Amino acid sequence: MAGVQVFNRTTGDRFSCEEGQSVLKAMEHSGLRCVPVGCRGGGCGFCKVTVLNGEFQCGKMSKVHVSPECRKRGEVLACRVYPLTDLTIECRPQGAADSTTEQQQK
Amino acid sequence: MRKGVMRPGHVQIRVLDLDEALKHYKDLLGLIETDRDEQGRVYLKAWTEVDKFSVVLREAEEPGMDVMAFKVVDEAALLQLEQDLVAYGLQVEKIPAGELKDCGRRIRFSTPSGHDFELFADKLYTGKWGVTEVNPEAWPRGLQGMKAVRFDHCLLYGPELAATYDIFVNVLGFHLAEQVLDPEGTRIAQFLTVSMKEHDIAFIHHDEPGKFHHASFFLETWEDVLRAADLITMTDTSIDIGPTRHGLTHGKTIYFFDPSGNRNEVFCGGDYTYPDHKPVTWQAEQLGKAIFYHDRQLNERFLTVLT
Ligand code: FES
Ligand SMILES: [Fe+2]
Repeated sequence: MAGVQVFNRTTGDRFSCEEGQSVLKAMEHSGLRCVPVGCRGGGCGFCKVTVLNGEFQCGKMSKVHVSPECRKRGEVLACRVYPLTDLTIECRPQGAADSTTEQQQK
Repeated sequence: MRKGVMRPGHVQIRVLDLDEALKHYKDLLGLIETDRDEQGRVYLKAWTEVDKFSVVLREAEEPGMDVMAFKVVDEAALLQLEQDLVAYGLQVEKIPAGELKDCGRRIRFSTPSGHDFELFADKLYTGKWGVTEVNPEAWPRGLQGMKAVRFDHCLLYGPELAATYDIFVNVLGFHLAEQVLDPEGTRIAQFLTVSMKEHDIAFIHHDEPGKFHHASFFLETWEDVLRAADLITMTDTSIDIGPTRHGLTHGKTIYFFDPSGNRNEVFCGGDYTYPDHKPVTWQAEQLGKAIFYHDRQLNERFLTVLT
């Protein structure tokens, strides 16, 4: 697998992602800032995206930010998403990074 | 007024993956593993520290800080502080000796900021790592990575700073070394100390309680901070910001993240304080310069990315 394409439907940005690279890291490598970058470790919830289609694997993520239900809906942390096929993602508007998380905690 | 609280004792940090975390805290920060327990927790220390451990890592499903503990001078002080905390109206939980290996009994309480703290008087004295007690050499060989000198302080984010201040200053005997005031005079950041350091613990106002901003480790020189930055690049570790200088404390610093997203700092220098010093005040309008003295600009990540 020599790189897949990630399409951010919210911003219209497109970038390629190497095997073993997270979506967030691939985005940073291509000089884009279309998903907010926080800790890059699955801990802060800053980089939350929704995967609309495509196959992927996930690394460990804080359960405060990604509950099993979130995970099922494809709401995951871009820094821990490793694409297996081309992906289409959607992200929250910049600056609203915490809203989903807070709702979820209640 | 001092009440017998002496210094930071340890911090227990939750990590998503223990092996990855150990690589980070041992190989990159240069902490030394000193023990493990049946719960799977791993105990670490920095080389100049005389007690057995100062960092405890616990694998969990969400990162963040479990607790920060302070060492008090003796059992008499611990008993008095326990009474004072109860008299103040706080719930105090007693944790028996040995719950953390080679650590004496601890008392635990929560502050209105949403954080848990502990006090203890005894921990196994193992001496500085790798140097003798008599006629010690300058430093030990065989240290890894950044060669962290000591666990220095934590910065925590949460609400109710005034009520938290009251406990730390009036019950525990800390004093306010630095603060940030908003235009109405409300304190939005408080740097508290029981030593000559500008902070042994710091808080910044944040609506969500119990958040962990960073655990900080001391390095000796600016050169060491630059070398830490090099190591962060060499290991492809997630960087936050720096190397730079803070306005608050004037310390020289770099921030980065552990593999679970907990923020770490290594820093050198910084101002000193005595109990007769007035607090250093920064105005909230100058918060950018207060936090990042060179950029003079706030970075959203520093204010909002927490575990
Ligand atoms: S950047 Fe912190 S969870 Fe992804
Ligand atoms: Fe700090």
